[in-house]
Amino acid sequence: MYKKSVRGILIKGNKTYGEITEQVLASQEKKAPLWWYFAMFVFSVMFLAGIWAIAMTIKEGIGLWGNNNNVAWGWAIINFVWWIGIGHAGTAFSIFLLVLRQRWRTSINRAAEAMTVFAVLAAGLFPMIHMGRIWNAFFIFPYPNTRGPLWVNFNSPLFWDVVAISTYLFTSAAFWYLGMLPDLATVRDRSKSKIKRKIYDIASFGWVGSARSWLRYEVTAVIVGGVAAPLVIAVHSIVAMDFATSVFPGWHTTIFPPYFVVGAIFSGFAMVLTLMIVIKVAFKLDDFVTEGHLDAIGRILTFVSLIMGSSYATEIFIAWYSGVEGEMFTFFHNRITGEYAFQFWAMVTCNAIIPQLFWFKKVRRSLLMLFIISIIINIGMWFERFNIVVTSLSKDFLPATWVEYHATNIEILTYLGTIGLFGVGVLLFIRYIPMMAMNELKMVNKPTSTIDK
Amino acid sequence: MKKYWKSTEELSEMVQQNSPVRTGEQEPEFSVEGLDEAEIKQGLKSNRRDFLKMLGFSVGFASLATSCETPVRKAIPYLTKPEEVTPGIANHYASTYFDGHDYASLVVKVREGRPIKIEGNELSSITQGGTSARIQASVLSLYDGNRQQFPLKNGEHSDYSTIDKDVKTKLGEIAAKGGKTVILSSTVISPSTKQLFEAFKEKYPGSEVVYYDAISYSAMKKANKETFGKKTLPAYHFDNAEIIVGFNCDFLGTWLSPIEFSAQYAKTRDLTNGNKKMSKHYQFESYLSLTGSNADVRYPIKPSEEKTVLLNLYNYIAGKSSMDILKAGKSPVDISKLADELMSHPSKSLIVSGTNDVSIQVLVNGINFLLANLGGTLEFERNLQIKNGCDHAFANLVNEMNEGKVDALIMYNVNPGYDYVDAEKFINGMKKTGLTVSLSSKNDETAKHANYVCPDNHYLESWNDAEPYNNLYSIAQPTIHNIFDTRQAQESLMAWAGIEGNYHDFIQKYWEENLFGKQSEYLLFTDFWNNSVQKGIFETDAETIECPLFDFDYFNRAGADFTKVKAGGDIELVLYESIAIGPGIMANNPWLQELPDPMSKAVWDNYVAVSPRFAKDKGWEQEDVVKVNASIELPILIQPGQPYGTVSIALGYGRTDCGKVGNGIGKNAFGLGETNGDLRSYSNLSATIEKTGETYPLATTQTHHDMKGREIVKETTIAEYAMNQAAGNESHKLTMDKSETMYPEYEFPGAHWGLAVDFNKCTGCNACVVGCQAENNVAVIGKEEVKNRRIMHWIRIDRYFSTETDEINSPVVSENPEVLHQPVMCQQCDNAPCENVCPVAAVLHTKEGLNAMVYNRCIGTRYCMNNCPYRVRRFNWYRYLDNDKFDYNFNDDISKMVLNPDVVVRERGVNEKCTFCVQRIQEKKLVAKDENRPLRDGEIIPACVQACPTKALTFGDTNLKGSELNKKFEDQRAYGLLEDLHTVPSVQYLTKVRNKDAGHQGEKHHS
Repeated sequence: MYKKSVRGILIKGNKTYGEITEQVLASQEKKAPLWWYFAMFVFSVMFLAGIWAIAMTIKEGIGLWGNNNNVAWGWAIINFVWWIGIGHAGTAFSIFLLVLRQRWRTSINRAAEAMTVFAVLAAGLFPMIHMGRIWNAFFIFPYPNTRGPLWVNFNSPLFWDVVAISTYLFTSAAFWYLGMLPDLATVRDRSKSKIKRKIYDIASFGWVGSARSWLRYEVTAVIVGGVAAPLVIAVHSIVAMDFATSVFPGWHTTIFPPYFVVGAIFSGFAMVLTLMIVIKVAFKLDDFVTEGHLDAIGRILTFVSLIMGSSYATEIFIAWYSGVEGEMFTFFHNRITGEYAFQFWAMVTCNAIIPQLFWFKKVRRSLLMLFIISIIINIGMWFERFNIVVTSLSKDFLPATWVEYHATNIEILTYLGTIGLFGVGVLLFIRYIPMMAMNELKMVNKPTSTIDK
Repeated sequence: MKKYWKSTEELSEMVQQNSPVRTGEQEPEFSVEGLDEAEIKQGLKSNRRDFLKMLGFSVGFASLATSCETPVRKAIPYLTKPEEVTPGIANHYASTYFDGHDYASLVVKVREGRPIKIEGNELSSITQGGTSARIQASVLSLYDGNRQQFPLKNGEHSDYSTIDKDVKTKLGEIAAKGGKTVILSSTVISPSTKQLFEAFKEKYPGSEVVYYDAISYSAMKKANKETFGKKTLPAYHFDNAEIIVGFNCDFLGTWLSPIEFSAQYAKTRDLTNGNKKMSKHYQFESYLSLTGSNADVRYPIKPSEEKTVLLNLYNYIAGKSSMDILKAGKSPVDISKLADELMSHPSKSLIVSGTNDVSIQVLVNGINFLLANLGGTLEFERNLQIKNGCDHAFANLVNEMNEGKVDALIMYNVNPGYDYVDAEKFINGMKKTGLTVSLSSKNDETAKHANYVCPDNHYLESWNDAEPYNNLYSIAQPTIHNIFDTRQAQESLMAWAGIEGNYHDFIQKYWEENLFGKQSEYLLFTDFWNNSVQKGIFETDAETIECPLFDFDYFNRAGADFTKVKAGGDIELVLYESIAIGPGIMANNPWLQELPDPMSKAVWDNYVAVSPRFAKDKGWEQEDVVKVNASIELPILIQPGQPYGTVSIALGYGRTDCGKVGNGIGKNAFGLGETNGDLRSYSNLSATIEKTGETYPLATTQTHHDMKGREIVKETTIAEYAMNQAAGNESHKLTMDKSETMYPEYEFPGAHWGLAVDFNKCTGCNACVVGCQAENNVAVIGKEEVKNRRIMHWIRIDRYFSTETDEINSPVVSENPEVLHQPVMCQQCDNAPCENVCPVAAVLHTKEGLNAMVYNRCIGTRYCMNNCPYRVRRFNWYRYLDNDKFDYNFNDDISKMVLNPDVVVRERGVNEKCTFCVQRIQEKKLVAKDENRPLRDGEIIPACVQACPTKALTFGDTNLKGSELNKKFEDQRAYGLLEDLHTVPSVQYLTKVRNKDAGHQGEKHHS
């Protein structure tokens, strides 16, 4: 379209299509490296520990958590929002960059979408186990029934959550899977084992690669992408409304929906960065995930970090400007100072200050710095959710009821369990699914790798 | 043949024409729709058999599947239905509570033969329908599985006939040889029981009765004898007093007759109906008592200073009245202003002291006399009889027992093995006594050393009568058959005294002989009796007597010793009765153990309370374990309001033999008291306290104690109030004026329920908390869970401290903050934040303005809890029913009998909260509907309102013009809690007005 690409070379090494296939599929066609088994073991143990913690919670009751009469939501909701935020990146990445014609997305979008699916799965666990009576969880769906009929409360943001998250999960899973069809067919075609061929044949819906298939396929991908795009905005806006529609100081603000969406993109992109660095290093895919890619993510993170910083400042300003006693207390005496000052300043430092290092090209080009900062951002985002959930609840309107909240081991294990679930999911993805969209890579290969040559 | 059809109707018609009926073919016996012809033919061969096979299999399978492991629930129907029992309808029986300590006239609610709730008896002129937390909880003690369930002989299971034979023989032998038999009893106010004692004494000459109270009032009686010539306690009339001065006297919480005094006190604080005058309450005290927390002016003093203050007060008043003055040291507080105020209100003031010290009580008598209060605020025409113990007689008895001079000891309703200052000495004495019989309902600390234990009935299983004041009688009637193999103590005594018949007949006979003649209303005794039993009370006028004069000669008789003041040591220790546990009689009651102390908000423990400043100086911190007087180890609790240089410890804890709930909870502090001659003192002027270096966790339900400058409890002073009735409540009008909504406001066409809380009347006594717990099956969750801040109470009392300064180490913050009590229950908001957030619509608004919680729809997202600004929602974090980890009153068949069948027991994982006792509303609505009339104002009384001794709570219909509730709602003091959030609460609070001089209290919070 344009004569000169601003992005430069996207896939280095002047590869042929065959080489792309070879190199991307190397991770699953060769024997798995030792570290893969080791990582699998670690994440599985975490996952099993999480399952044990969840089983205990379901057996004994939510009493095993650190929640109390005042802080009725705790780590479970923090982690839910955190995972949902991370789960934003995949679809946001694919779709927004698609719309913005950012072709550098092609080597990253598959992994980002996979990550979304696992993160949303991990996130979806929390509202479920968080219920006092999980065996009645189906009450939350509006289904025809003989009880009146009795419907759900359409006014409740929690119900919107159910709708938004389940829609998002299915849509992003569908989008991800749809993008995979031609690649799965490639795996099938290269496979020598009969069983594997059969499995991948079914998985690729018997893809034949005819011109008609490609035509339909591309149209469908755009449509699903188009449907998913507003969901990205909607999901986290609705999660934000869980808080924003309440009456609590620190929650009751109109800034929450955009602030949450930006925060979600922030944490999601950081997670993408973490993951891509791991993939790049582990599978030596330097030609596909180039410095340019990481640089671009770094630039985006810098920008988003500024938005985060100004959101924090806005919140504090509005608390002061509104003159509401409770808001003033929450922000000035329970976050900036007071018992939860550490968590607040951890959030500010991790999210608004440290990412500013990305202004320096050296930092953006250093794998180690990128990796560390990407992790720091997600730690910061966890603290942000902690700030929101716990500080507002623990000290609210009537001081007589104020109480601190401390997570118990069961809650910590549950959280580790979801990290385990995520890790296991990602590891399986690396092994069994083409982790880069080969077909799309091939589309950008020629135009971008030949320029400036 | 090809068929042409134009519509599906036509087609189906064509098909029908081809159907077997039309074509004359035989239609198969069973429906064969959907099968093709070949299948039908094949299938028809054995169609009926197949059907039968299928039928047989399915029925057989179904019965197998459903019959296995089906739980068998036994329900025993009434073969002959008792006349008065209608399942689902409660019966109410008048009764009386007296446990040797607290008195109340009651109405007992009985469902299907089970007493489930205690309510106050409105007819009683003493308790006036009020109750206390302990009395509310007493119904649970009925179902205490740790009561002694059968008689014991030397610790072995025995039966009454054996024991009766043994005891009678032994008593006979003792009487024959001229030995000494002692009935050791706590105060008895039952005239019949007193007569029974007389009959017993007649039967066994040489026997005597000794009265013993764990909390002794001997000194008061002695002082009254010495100075007024009356060895009785007077009747107090706080309602006549304009100035009330209390000295270490918790008359609203634990002193003598707190329910009665609370009601009287509240009358003097009532500012509704345009009243602009209220009493002024001064309190001098050595620990922060419930009474002190309500005082207008409070002086924290050390126990050793009380006498000096009283001497100075006496001297000032005596001096002005040109009487002789006594030798006195310098008063630690300036009493001249107080004394002038007292003197300007002749016969309209009341001085009381709770210290068991003769000289102090003499001074109190003297001051009351000089202020002409006799006949006004206290009088001897009626005598309060509920405290009859004599320290002197008991001390003698213990000595005699140890000297082996007592041959038989029958103990009724006493537990000196636990609550005597030298319990060991008493138990040693018991061992030297030939025959020891305990009539205790428990195999308690004392009973376990007795030869025989004949367990007494619970009061709800017993007939009894009571005469708390002379000529004011009340009756207790059984509301359930004996649950265990127990026998009423009086019947045991009757058996041993050889009196035929049962105690019911004995009481009846006593009433016929002694009381029937005192009235003229009823001509027949049966009418009189039935009526008295039904009402629960019988009250007649007392004889008029001449007002006694103070004997000033006493000072001469007492000599120089009278004015001697014992100096205090470095640390002075105060022992007090806590509101929940009192003297520890009901320590095994989980409702009481989990009742937050009104001041410290601690549960499940006693502790050493110490002021912040003193703790800092001594290097003690909250939860540090200290050794007190080198005997017991207790944790420190930092308690603002505790005077500097003093510590206080609650009595009633540290029981070892009361049952699974109370055993080992806290430490027994009875042994720490000093004895002053024979008199027991509930303080120790030179205590030692040493840190052990360990810590012990305490569970409290509140950890932040100031209002952070927010308008939560609004308050003002009487002077401001007199000028502007909305003083302190100015923001209410502003909020209401600015209150607007975009949405249409819902009209409540029928009733709309509301509740008003008058801060001027609420003393923070906690009766409502236990009343609610009993009514609504609120779970007890234990110390660990309270510590996790998950207490289940539906109504809680928030307690705030306030001072003019926030300097933490200033004496006023540390030792004398003002206290505010705020009962908080569900505010039943008309614009409830909890309602719109529930995803499954389990929280709904009813047509009567109630915020309804549908338990079986709740899935436990806890969103409602999060969005309730009042924090009144409670979550069932665990399964509290049938769970061995919560072995309180939801875990065995006996204690579960206390559950109210009208209120569901909530499952694990659901949210719950106050309902305004919707079951009571519904009940009265049905009654009104049955009688085809509108509901009357005040007809519906929720449990908290019922329990309140001061009538601080008013429930009613806001849509009913002129209702009592609307009078409160229209009062200028009324405001809604957090009303600026536009939650539109149905509960309104009435500003607290303090009768103090300086400054506008409300303003000092704004910092």
